[in-house]
Amino acid sequence: MNSTLFDAYVADEKKIEPKDWMPDAYRKTLVRQISQHAHSEVVGMLPEANWISRAPSLKRKAILMAKVQDEAGHGLYLYSAAETLGVERDDLYLDLLEGKAKYSSIFNYPTQNWADIGAIGWLVDGAAIMNQVPLCKCSYGPYARAMVRVCKEESFHQRQGFQIMLVMTEGSAEQKAMAQDAMNRWWWPALMMFGPPDGDSPNSAQSMKWNIKRFSNDELRQKFVDMTVPQAELIGLTVPDADLKWNEQTGHYDFGEIDWSEFKRVIKGGGPCNVERLAACNKAWNDGAWVRQAATAYAEKKSSNATR
Amino acid sequence: MSKDQFEYVLRAGDDALILGQQLGLLTGHGPVIEEDIALTNIGLDQIGQARAWLSLAGRLEHAASSELTLRDEDALTFLRDAPEFCNCLLVERPNGDFGDTIARQFLYDNYAVLWLEAMTASSNDEMAGIAAKSVKEARYHLQHSSRWVLRLGDGTTESHSRMQASLGRMWPYVNELFDVDELTTRAASEGWGVDPSKLRSAWDAGVNAVLAEATLSRPDDDFSMRGGRTGSHTEAFGFMLAEMQFLQRAYPDCNW
Repeated sequence: MNSTLFDAYVADEKKIEPKDWMPDAYRKTLVRQISQHAHSEVVGMLPEANWISRAPSLKRKAILMAKVQDEAGHGLYLYSAAETLGVERDDLYLDLLEGKAKYSSIFNYPTQNWADIGAIGWLVDGAAIMNQVPLCKCSYGPYARAMVRVCKEESFHQRQGFQIMLVMTEGSAEQKAMAQDAMNRWWWPALMMFGPPDGDSPNSAQSMKWNIKRFSNDELRQKFVDMTVPQAELIGLTVPDADLKWNEQTGHYDFGEIDWSEFKRVIKGGGPCNVERLAACNKAWNDGAWVRQAATAYAEKKSSNATR
Repeated sequence: MSKDQFEYVLRAGDDALILGQQLGLLTGHGPVIEEDIALTNIGLDQIGQARAWLSLAGRLEHAASSELTLRDEDALTFLRDAPEFCNCLLVERPNGDFGDTIARQFLYDNYAVLWLEAMTASSNDEMAGIAAKSVKEARYHLQHSSRWVLRLGDGTTESHSRMQASLGRMWPYVNELFDVDELTTRAASEGWGVDPSKLRSAWDAGVNAVLAEATLSRPDDDFSMRGGRTGSHTEAFGFMLAEMQFLQRAYPDCNW
């Protein structure tokens, strides 16, 4: 295969598999995207795990543990998908630990009250699903197949998040205030999850051509707003956007200007929890070094005994 | 009899609850992602077992004295103070390093499998049912913790000495698991509970075999810590409850 044949093959909705020829730039784009996605799943465990020990009922504790465990599983599938492109998981992970690799900047915001767990499920996982469902048809087979499973689990996550918000908005005045507070803090960062506006998204055009990306950032963002605003209304939460209104002519919601300077600041490391998140990952990795060394040494002993 | 059964089942519920609470603190902080998943999963099983035992405990208490309000799993988890908790002290030992977490888990899993297996023969169908479901999980937990004891014990020089030290830190809390008191005596003689002292020789055999293969030595039984079953807990316990119970205490009578 060559570049022209590759483009035609992909345009024909055929899947690229690990042993197929692919342009270097395609491979590089996928490694970057899949590893960033994997890092996001792993770092994303931290803000939610922050509330496992304080979950307000045993049922909620169990659901939250299962959910965070799912995120770890997503991280694993995604690292495995990335490895099919000829990279090593540990190398990718070290890039994260050294601050060289990006992850979704949403996880640099703190979880301040229990409703944040609801808001993350509902809004953050909701936005993630919007982004990820099209990836189930991505041209790279291993990524597409990983996303099918990830999306199934994410839709459970979104529903449990909405359910937390629903119960809290039906609860006491304090609970409603917590839910609204969480909504106020997570709404705009959730909209930022779709990435920069189309005019300012350098990699989008090529990714669209390669069938890695199917919809533009702004299209997906609009879809998310259109879906989520009625859900917020249903449970009596106010979307923190004075410019939000239904547009009869377009059949979509118009919404206010996103503060892209905040987005850029958080990506560059200036979010409220960037330092803590990376410190937590590094601590776990460093504290676990002797454990991983022991596991490797033990496995080597066993395999040399077996071949002896 | 129901009051006895309430107190007896409460012990099992509290063991599972406190261990699950501890393991939940480790989520996202494991030495490798696979182990993050495994320890969270084991914690999740413990929380699931706690829910079953504590719900049953609440019903048994209510059956014994119907003038009392029925306490569900959450009332028993979030609205009791330390002296009312009757978990063994072993499960409330801090997570420490990974060796401590594994030592605690390994010593407990060996006990839990034996206790749950014995409880499947309980004359109380509900207890036998919960035990039958839980023992399948406990066997898997034991397999997992045993494998780590082998890897750490027979891994590197550092892991060997760390695992040995962790075992030493957890060992004083072992004997309490097998203590006989009036409650366990009545439970065993009436056929719905287990005499824990009868589990000891099988526990010793199981633990000794893995320790030997792991090139670890069995710590000496110099002294034992006791008190969990009668509500006398370690210093860290109050902080654990404060954290676990915070929302229910700060915002009482809410639905979550």
